[in-house]
Amino acid sequence: MMNKINKIYPNGVVANKDVDFSVRRGEIHALVGENGAGKSTLMKILFGIEKPTEGSIYYKGKKLIINSPLDAINYGFGMVHQHFMLVESMSVSENIVLGSEPGSSWKINSNIQDEEAKKIIEKYNFKINVKAKISDLSIGLRQKVEILKALYKGAEVLILDEPTAVLTPQETVELFEQLKALKAQGHTIIFISHKLNEIKEICDRISIMRNGTLVGVYDVNAVTKDEISDLMVGKSVNWEVLKTPTKKGKVLLKVKNLTVINEANFPCLKHVSFNLHSSTILGIVGVEGNGQKELVDSIAGLTKIESGEIILKDKKINTSSVEKIRELGLSHIPGDRMVRGIANESTIEENLLATHTKDERLFHKGFLKTKEIRKWSEELISEFQIKASSPKVPIKMLSGGNIQKVIVAREFSKNSDCIIANQPTRGIDIGAAKFIHLKLIELRDKGAGVLLLSADLSEIKSMSDSLLVIFNGQFVAYFEDANKVTEEQLGKFMLGVEKQDEKEIKRCEA
Amino acid sequence: MDNLITYLIDSQFLYSVFRVTTPLLFAALASVVAENAGASNIALEGIMIFAALFGAIGSGISNSLIIGLLCAISGGLIISLLLSYFGLYLKTDIILSGIALNTLASGGSVFLLYVLLNDKGSTQALQCLTFPVVTIPLINKIPFLGEVLSGQNLLTYIAFFMVWVVFFLLYRTKIGKHLRCVGENPEAAESVGLNVRKLKLTALMISGLLASLGGAFLSMGYMAGFSRGMVSGRGFIALAAAAMGMLSPVPTMIASIIFGFADAVSNILAALRIPDELVKLIPYLVTIVGLIVFSQIRSFSEKKRRKKILSKT
Amino acid sequence: MKKINFETKFEIIRFSVAILIALALSFIIILLVSDMPFLALKKLFLGPLENLRRFGNVIELAITLSFAGLSIAIIFSANQFNLAPEGAFYASGAISAMFVLTFPLPKIISPFLAIIIGGLIGAIICVIPALLKKKWGASELVSSLMLNFIVMYLAKYFINNKFKDPTCGYNATYILPDSSRLINIIPGTRIHFGLIIVVFTIFVCVVFMQKTKWGFQLLQTGRNVEFAKYVGINTSAIIIMSQAIGGFIAGMGGSIETLGMYNRFQWQSLPGYGFDGVIVAILAKNKPKYVPLAAFFLAYIRIGADKMATSTDVTSEMIAIIQGVIIMLVAATSFLSNTRQKMLIKKVRNNG
Repeated sequence: MMNKINKIYPNGVVANKDVDFSVRRGEIHALVGENGAGKSTLMKILFGIEKPTEGSIYYKGKKLIINSPLDAINYGFGMVHQHFMLVESMSVSENIVLGSEPGSSWKINSNIQDEEAKKIIEKYNFKINVKAKISDLSIGLRQKVEILKALYKGAEVLILDEPTAVLTPQETVELFEQLKALKAQGHTIIFISHKLNEIKEICDRISIMRNGTLVGVYDVNAVTKDEISDLMVGKSVNWEVLKTPTKKGKVLLKVKNLTVINEANFPCLKHVSFNLHSSTILGIVGVEGNGQKELVDSIAGLTKIESGEIILKDKKINTSSVEKIRELGLSHIPGDRMVRGIANESTIEENLLATHTKDERLFHKGFLKTKEIRKWSEELISEFQIKASSPKVPIKMLSGGNIQKVIVAREFSKNSDCIIANQPTRGIDIGAAKFIHLKLIELRDKGAGVLLLSADLSEIKSMSDSLLVIFNGQFVAYFEDANKVTEEQLGKFMLGVEKQDEKEIKRCEA
Repeated sequence: MDNLITYLIDSQFLYSVFRVTTPLLFAALASVVAENAGASNIALEGIMIFAALFGAIGSGISNSLIIGLLCAISGGLIISLLLSYFGLYLKTDIILSGIALNTLASGGSVFLLYVLLNDKGSTQALQCLTFPVVTIPLINKIPFLGEVLSGQNLLTYIAFFMVWVVFFLLYRTKIGKHLRCVGENPEAAESVGLNVRKLKLTALMISGLLASLGGAFLSMGYMAGFSRGMVSGRGFIALAAAAMGMLSPVPTMIASIIFGFADAVSNILAALRIPDELVKLIPYLVTIVGLIVFSQIRSFSEKKRRKKILSKT
Repeated sequence: MKKINFETKFEIIRFSVAILIALALSFIIILLVSDMPFLALKKLFLGPLENLRRFGNVIELAITLSFAGLSIAIIFSANQFNLAPEGAFYASGAISAMFVLTFPLPKIISPFLAIIIGGLIGAIICVIPALLKKKWGASELVSSLMLNFIVMYLAKYFINNKFKDPTCGYNATYILPDSSRLINIIPGTRIHFGLIIVVFTIFVCVVFMQKTKWGFQLLQTGRNVEFAKYVGINTSAIIIMSQAIGGFIAGMGGSIETLGMYNRFQWQSLPGYGFDGVIVAILAKNKPKYVPLAAFFLAYIRIGADKMATSTDVTSEMIAIIQGVIIMLVAATSFLSNTRQKMLIKKVRNNG
């Protein structure tokens, strides 16, 4: 039976523009898009975490008002988030029935809990020991518990947000079997993902979002991966960057065989190697979550390395402190600017000063030279066009774009030789972004080597001299000349559709 | 040394250990309930002070034990309500609020004492009542053990009974499960629709109730009446006992007994001319060591678990 | 500084409202409890001004409270809830007393050394919870509270057993040698040289926090430890250092209080200055330059309450109630948040 779910939002923030999204009952429907394309926002609205600025939701022919996750749950929607919402010390059955414990009395009968959990588990043919504690379970099993949680609460529509991002191949296979079984039982699944292979394998239809709008809905069988990739990765803003080609300088940074394992014991970087030369901008292209963050964080000294070597200016920095690495001449614009990039309660001046404590113009034998610092920060504010009345303004009063400018001002004012720019223009206005681009190019012209990460393909393509594509913790393509590849082609590499052969990739180690 | 052993094996001594443990146990259980819900109750000291004061005065004025008990509970709940209001609604840091309320209660109790009874030291002007001692038939006939276990104050039995009650509450009721969820992962709680603030408030109220009973014992149990400074840090020791007991009722009970033991021993050792200052510091020392040991164990088991997951995938 | 920005303006309003509420509360309590309310109020608020001696008491107390406030301000600036200064005060006072009783030294050298030693003891004590946290993840709150008792009982053991004066009616040490005492600098009061020392210390703290690299790094670490690590600050070293400095100041405070105000060491329990330091630090918003003001304010109402107690029927302990209310209101981040919202909306509207 076919049932339409309609969702219409004209101008939902800037995240969703006039999105008409619908799903048929009993299908597995893929929702894809680049980071920032708007798919997470769309699902948050469906699940009651966000409210649409305009638009409405219809389910089984009726209009719904969803004000909170509780409403969504009551209507039969279940969401499995990327970050699991489980209580580690409790058992599987306790987590599954959490919030809707069986029985009317105030007592818990753990046998009944286990019974109910077992019922659900058997109904859907999962295989989990209900008495096991979450803390003892692998990630794959934990995810199953999350799914069961949603099913227990009566979810007919399941929303899975990047479910395979943290699974091993084996676990992914198991998950897909479960999903097929669920589908056979009449459930509807919305599958948010980037992994085109998987979508091809398990989904019936696919909705593609780009820049907040829905660009197409297709039967999965009727489109090729290439076509999907093209649709996802179309041109957004036209970054026309005036850049004169420069000659590559000598090797500045050498990364050899780097392997990084994150806290969840997931190998996010597997034996990667490359060289960064001075006077170049090397762009690292990839869908967020494929290891690029860990790559730059380990170079900057913020993440522990499992194995491999990082050599900056002929000095090994595997285990060096952040202080030492910065002293060697590295600057880092962090991807998570609000978490790490600034001290929220400090003033603009303090935020600017934080990495300059060894600067003799500003510090004299451990003392702050207040007047010089004031002048210096005022100069920086004007040079970087930061909209603030004085350096003593607390940084939290600034707009996002201006905060980023403060970070950029701080990191660029050190005449560093090696610059890591992780999403330097994310979420800021065009004017500020173009300004930052010009500054980056200026620095590169003066001899700096820049490692650039960006989710915006056209930005990174126009800014970079060379490009490395990363997928699943490994490099899958290297382009010496960024001009000689199209965005569409890049998209295919980013999504794992294509891969260069080893010899081509190894050229990045030159 | 021989003397010491004989003292320790004396049934009177063991009897006194349980007696002395009672207020600690109430307060430690209070901390267990609160911490499990993620709402640290640092104001235990203050709650006990007010409960002791109000209970003594209440029973003295009304000549009724029940009314005295109700007054004790009200006194403790005043502090708990203030803690909840400031900590949960006005968002003052909850630890800071706890500290502030302790000093408030410490001075405020003397103030109220003076206002009501014109005496800054104690309630000796009033004839305060105490809870009765309970003799358990049959058990009291057992040699040695009988003298230890039977004939304790009613509140002592209630305190140990509460260990089971708290266990039942936390692990066998729905609300206990929700409290623990809020304490361990408030996001998960919200995602299933639990009201985090209301649950924390509930936890603090239950915590306040338990601590009030502890305070009530001080002024209405073995000794009758309130005197200035009578709580003398037990609220903080209780925090340590709960920490050492890993926030779980039965280990906390054991930790509380250890502290009670040290307290009782110091009285004896004073007679044996071992300086009581040195004995008094043992429980605190033991706590710090305990904290270290338990964090070591916890991080060790974390590492083991990681290895296990790694080998599975 | 032409514009006082919105945030500061709002903070001032919130602070003032909190103080006003607290004062109104004291007014109400006195009215309810006293047969002579207006006399009581007069004594409370004006008592310290009545004569030089009384006012001197305010200054004397303010000296000790300033040390306490500075200590806690620096420790809390690193975002550590370390209450070990409480024990540090006691221990350093005791050890200074023991030092001067054991090693008779000439006039200026004796107290000078005693204070330094007291400071070092304080530093060691306050660093312990920080080390425990760093190495074993133990809560610095619980470990510092426990440490306070341990330290007190240890010191008390020595005081009561090795240095106890048998001729004295109550538990106290021998009379401390004259050469070790801090001189009285304002006749007619008991104000001692510690005043000069504390002013100097405040000055050093202000310079440290605002003008040195370490103070700067300390502030950033306390505000956002991830940021501090990212910019290359050695956060564990900074945290340990700040606890040591705070501890040193608390230690100085204990020694100075003992050598300046008493002729024997006679504390039989923790004096409570650590918790008082928390009040002062909160009122001073952890800023050393405001600590003397906050300390003075607190000392003033305390002495006023004493005066009120001796002259009327209201006991001084009611101040404890006021203090508790003040801290909680001042530190309440959501206090008056509705008003703040309304003010913010109005401001945005006015700015177009």
